[in-house]
Amino acid sequence: MNLEVQNYKDTRSGFGEGLLEAGKRNPKVVGLCADLTGSLKMGDFQKAFPERFFQMGIAEANMIGTAAGLAIGGYIPFTGTFANFSTARVYDQIRQVVAYSNKNVKVCASHAGITLGEDGATHQTLEDIGMMKMLPNMTVIVPCDFNQTKNATIACAEYEGPVYMRFGRPKVANFTPADEKFIIGKAQMLQEGTDVSIFACGHLVWKAVQALPILKEMGINAELINIHTIKPLDAEAVMKSVAKTGCVVTAEEHMRNGGLGDSIAQVLALNNPKPLEMVAINDVFGQSGTPDELMKFYHLDTQDIIEAAKRAVARKVK
Amino acid sequence: MTINELKDIASQVRRDIIRMVHACQSGHPGGSLGATDIVTALYFDQMQIDPENFRMDGAGEDMFFLSNGHISPMLYSILAHRGFFPVSELATFRRLGTRLQGHPTTAEGLPGIRVASGSLGQGLSVSCGAAQAKKLNGDSHLVFCLMGDGEQEEGQIWEAAMYAPAKHVDNLVAIIDYNKKQIDGSTDDVMNLGDMKAKYEAFGWKVYELNGNDMQQLVDTLNVARGNAHKGQPQLLLAHTEMGMGVDFMMGTHKWHGSAPNDEQAACALNQLKETLGDY
Repeated sequence: MNLEVQNYKDTRSGFGEGLLEAGKRNPKVVGLCADLTGSLKMGDFQKAFPERFFQMGIAEANMIGTAAGLAIGGYIPFTGTFANFSTARVYDQIRQVVAYSNKNVKVCASHAGITLGEDGATHQTLEDIGMMKMLPNMTVIVPCDFNQTKNATIACAEYEGPVYMRFGRPKVANFTPADEKFIIGKAQMLQEGTDVSIFACGHLVWKAVQALPILKEMGINAELINIHTIKPLDAEAVMKSVAKTGCVVTAEEHMRNGGLGDSIAQVLALNNPKPLEMVAINDVFGQSGTPDELMKFYHLDTQDIIEAAKRAVARKVK
Repeated sequence: MTINELKDIASQVRRDIIRMVHACQSGHPGGSLGATDIVTALYFDQMQIDPENFRMDGAGEDMFFLSNGHISPMLYSILAHRGFFPVSELATFRRLGTRLQGHPTTAEGLPGIRVASGSLGQGLSVSCGAAQAKKLNGDSHLVFCLMGDGEQEEGQIWEAAMYAPAKHVDNLVAIIDYNKKQIDGSTDDVMNLGDMKAKYEAFGWKVYELNGNDMQQLVDTLNVARGNAHKGQPQLLLAHTEMGMGVDFMMGTHKWHGSAPNDEQAACALNQLKETLGDY
């Protein structure tokens, strides 16, 4: 795949465009937002379909319940708020009336992870993937850039069932094809390699892309796979890649506990244990700072992926 | 249906409740008995529904949501007698593999259930969404939601209570099973609910206060509420009930909230409840 930067855009804007497009394609798509319409980029949908947009106020529990009710009535509700208010704050609501009740609700979460930045740890959700992937019936999607978030949003509307989709605040490299159909549960091969498998999601995918040429100079021919769907995990793609490379790096803007790395580790441990290095936040809360500063401070940067890849390769049994 | 016919159905439902919780030695008889008249009036007099052709989306019919899911034996009995599923299935209540789970769920595909409930405080929000879906569909049928009174202590209730009037969800009729009791004791002792009528009115609801164990009052008030639907305001029935209604030793106490009668107690209770439609 061509891994050139097309432009720099925020993934939440991809959600906004995707929601508008999904709304045009299907009159059953409705949007609900808890007083963060601007932040979630839901304004264009609201303008285009005012009767299908529900301003819920700062009342996230009621938003999830109302979304479930709309889904019962045959609609496809997309709820929008920050990731912490989309998950931890409403976990029991999502558990009972969305996941257990198997409602066609799309819980869409912006400002996920450490790159929320200056607002600090109260808002920097690093546990959401874990919470959501533990729920039966729930699909968990973490797209990597603007184009993919837009295409994933359209795919969510076409998929019947509960979905959690997480995206972010800052402008980041937009590099996946604009017209690529998003297939839920199908890992995306970005570069084939032979020495180490890098599995990344969200903002860490671009960080990993940048690591590839540097690793190559070091003599490490890395394979990079974008695991945009954490659940259901494309275990077949994971196993196929690892059978070839023999060692693994996972990279995500999330806690080590409960994240992508933890899902990959489970697949490996149960099937084909291999050296695994995790680039993730390790059991600490974040803090205020710029997104770039925080990614460096918490070791979620390109250099950290490079170091992890070197360690993974070194651990391989010769 | 006449008031006496409705009362006969309620008596059978109460027999079913006692027999169901006795058979599995678990469940919540007190609240189930207290709310029986309300839900009987809804399903056998008020609601326009098509039980034989249950549709999840409830298009073209009235919908009911039970928010306080623990009074499930009452709902299961009424759904069965109304024709949603065989009455004989009541014998499976709370048994391994049953569609009649301890708390209502859609997971087992039981006709008549549209959402899981049991974790309290969520039914009013779901009902708001279902009511708004009806509006989007141009469907003038109503959405009814039964809540417990103890449940009013949940914060989410008040999110929904603020939302419904603000967004003119005027095809929604909520009902509070106001028995003034919860697990740990009276609501006055656990968490004084204050003036519930004034609270909902202050939030913008049209509120009716009535005896929720008086079938005539229930039928009359529900008819008034239907007449006042689609007039800009959500409506609430504050239905004063007696927990354990129909069984003398279960009334006037919170102690039968979540305990099952033994053989002797069950026999005593059944002696007080006329068999009308036939036991399952």
